[in-house]
Amino acid sequence: MHAVLIMILQRLALGLLTLFVVSVVIFGATELLPGDLASTLLGQAATPETVAALRRQLGLDQPAPVRYWAWLTGVLQGDFGTSLATRRPIADMLAARLGNTIFLALYAAALAVPLALILGILAALWRNSLFDRVANAGALSAISFPEFFIAYILIYLLAQSGYFPSMVRLSPAMSLGDKLYASFLPALTLTLVVTAHMMRMTRAAIINLLASPYIEMARLKGVSPLRIVLRHALPNALAPIINVIAINLAYLITGVVVVEVVFVYPGLGQLMVDSVSKRDIAVVQAIALIFASAYVLLNLTADVLSTLTNPRLMRRK
Amino acid sequence: MNNTRNRHGVTRRGLLKGATAMGAAGLILPASYRAARAEPQQGGTFRIGLGHGNSTDSYDPGLIDNLYSQVFAAARHNQLIEVDADGQLIPEIAESWESDDGQTWVFRIRQGVTFHSGKDVTVEDVLASLNHHRGEDATSAIKQFFDPVTDISIDGQNIVVTLEAPNGDFAYLMSDYHIAIMPSIDGRIDPTSSDGCGPYVVESFEPGVEATLNRFPDYWKPDRGHFDRVEILAILDSAARLNALMTGQVDLIDQIDPATISMLEAQGAANILSIPGNAHYVFPMDSREAPFNDNNVRLALKYAIDRQQMVDTILGGHGAVSNDNPIGPANRYFYADMEAKTFDPDRARHYLRKADMESLTVNLHVADAAFAGAVDAGALYAETAAQSGITINLVREPNDGYWDNVWMQKPFVASYWGGRAVEDHMFTTGYAAGAAWNDSFWEHDRFNELLVKARSEVDEDLRREMYQEMQRIVSFEGAVVIPMYNNYVMATATNVATPDQVSANWNLDGFRCVERWWFA
Repeated sequence: MHAVLIMILQRLALGLLTLFVVSVVIFGATELLPGDLASTLLGQAATPETVAALRRQLGLDQPAPVRYWAWLTGVLQGDFGTSLATRRPIADMLAARLGNTIFLALYAAALAVPLALILGILAALWRNSLFDRVANAGALSAISFPEFFIAYILIYLLAQSGYFPSMVRLSPAMSLGDKLYASFLPALTLTLVVTAHMMRMTRAAIINLLASPYIEMARLKGVSPLRIVLRHALPNALAPIINVIAINLAYLITGVVVVEVVFVYPGLGQLMVDSVSKRDIAVVQAIALIFASAYVLLNLTADVLSTLTNPRLMRRK
Repeated sequence: MNNTRNRHGVTRRGLLKGATAMGAAGLILPASYRAARAEPQQGGTFRIGLGHGNSTDSYDPGLIDNLYSQVFAAARHNQLIEVDADGQLIPEIAESWESDDGQTWVFRIRQGVTFHSGKDVTVEDVLASLNHHRGEDATSAIKQFFDPVTDISIDGQNIVVTLEAPNGDFAYLMSDYHIAIMPSIDGRIDPTSSDGCGPYVVESFEPGVEATLNRFPDYWKPDRGHFDRVEILAILDSAARLNALMTGQVDLIDQIDPATISMLEAQGAANILSIPGNAHYVFPMDSREAPFNDNNVRLALKYAIDRQQMVDTILGGHGAVSNDNPIGPANRYFYADMEAKTFDPDRARHYLRKADMESLTVNLHVADAAFAGAVDAGALYAETAAQSGITINLVREPNDGYWDNVWMQKPFVASYWGGRAVEDHMFTTGYAAGAAWNDSFWEHDRFNELLVKARSEVDEDLRREMYQEMQRIVSFEGAVVIPMYNNYVMATATNVATPDQVSANWNLDGFRCVERWWFA
């Protein structure tokens, strides 16, 4: 257990370093983009004097390192600052959207992870059967279509006939049941997109183990195939499966902007895109940090869990 | 006398009564026949899905730059002056205005109007609202309107604006949608506040997602603001917008893809409103640079475009051909009889030869950020121009940063104008020498001379003549190809009723659908 704690602390420290590097890279990249907030906010209406006045008010006339330093010291004190464009506190802007994004990610994960595991285990159990082929073909076609295409197909089938809403409107007053109903279609879309990866990994990891001598032994002593897979193969296959699940969860948090647009889902992705196109650097930075943290934390969790499932790693020293 | 009266049973009063009843019946019958349309009804939640709206939108009226913020502003604010559905100025917070010489303008401020916060609208509030767009530190998009203003002062219940030179259309400029009347706090408005004196009170606003508003019970206009509640949603994806309307999740959407209009019409589930206005799509050239500095080349390019085909394919027929004229059919002095430029490859070659050229090769920089379908329009232009010996190389630019890096940076690009209610406003913003958005960098002495003269001309006929001459100059000597006026196309649920006349001045009934429309 001690080893795991040390690992967690080390990884968290490394994670902080990663976040710092990410923030520098994002800041630099946004600086490289043509135009700044003042000119994009005014758009076609930007006259040089107005842009200059807006820049002065927003502090954009300061050199880049000065602005970065001001931002960094703010963040270190827990202050994400205010959005340059809307002049609202960024923490407030992010809170609702982050909640929505995490809700959708968990919703999709709650559908996709059990589905992928069950399909993967069954496919491994009945490998090369008709079921295996159909499940593989179905999952692979779902992942091969672009997300928006799947989304439109689902809208055509399930929204235009009136079963589910095509547009997600969430409010804090809604009950959990209403929220689940309202966001069913985006969750289903994401489920279809991420299931294949996890299912294929489950199947491959288990089949890989089924060839090993100890499984042979189990089979020879007459254990049922299902019990072999669940009791003997799966525990040893968990490490790669957990890693794949973590990667897909991170994707569900960071990469769903297309689905957000199609279903008008108010998540972080759309906010990120808007903020980049308007060069609202403080918001971009905050969201980038959230996304980076999601990757860092999920990878850490995956590593910890894989270590815990593997006694050999636990007693390395 | 008594007998006569009794026998016929008619008295003078009785006769009058009967006549009134008959007259009233005559008036009532056709009115009740059209009641569904003509009698506004109170109530309902009006849900609007717009293809605009960013997470970066704010309450600041000076920074309103997209349809979402424009409609949202029209729902919560009033202005000094309103443009009615016929394009005429009508009083709003200014109950009257006048100017003897066009240089000093007096706006009389209406009394008895209150803000949502309960405070009365005063002259000081109006002064602060105007000053928000004026001065060194102003960040308003319409700062240049106030450049010629030398002084704004209070005189009793009046606001007095003094200009450095006469401008007969100044009142029109004051009808601009950026000039929202907001409460003054120590002489300045608070641009982060939602307080206004418009028909609806903001309940919540999540930029880029949705705004919800409830009817303001103390709204001063008795016959406006018919909905109990308004919800404005940002739905950027056009298919999502269409789905939302078809599945009954919204009652009004904008920016319908021309390809889907006929499908919507066939389904009968929605009403299509296609409103011709002054909005137009343009291809400005940099008139300072070769080859565009030669008017013959410009004319060749103008005759090498098939305008009708543009309207048919790019706009799906929802628009009209423009004769390189930034003044639209909804303008007062629109020059409808100007000699039309048809697609004429021979004529284009003729002008090329006059410019001592056998063939011409130019780059046209386009992105759909310029207008919906700009890339297709450019391809179509290249196709037709080839028949005149003109090679147009289409350069696709990214949407992101288009207005910074392409528009007014590259010599031949695509762009759009929302159109303006006043000729002077349009010309001064886009065609006057040195104007900030003179995107063809065009200077024409006679045009600029007329522009100044027409502003202070009081004789209506002379004024019309001057504006028509200016339209001719822009059309035949200007450096902007203007192939078409695009209609404002929107779709509503079948139970949404509009007045008979929907404004052509800006989209969505001059942004005021929330105030003027109702549920039948």
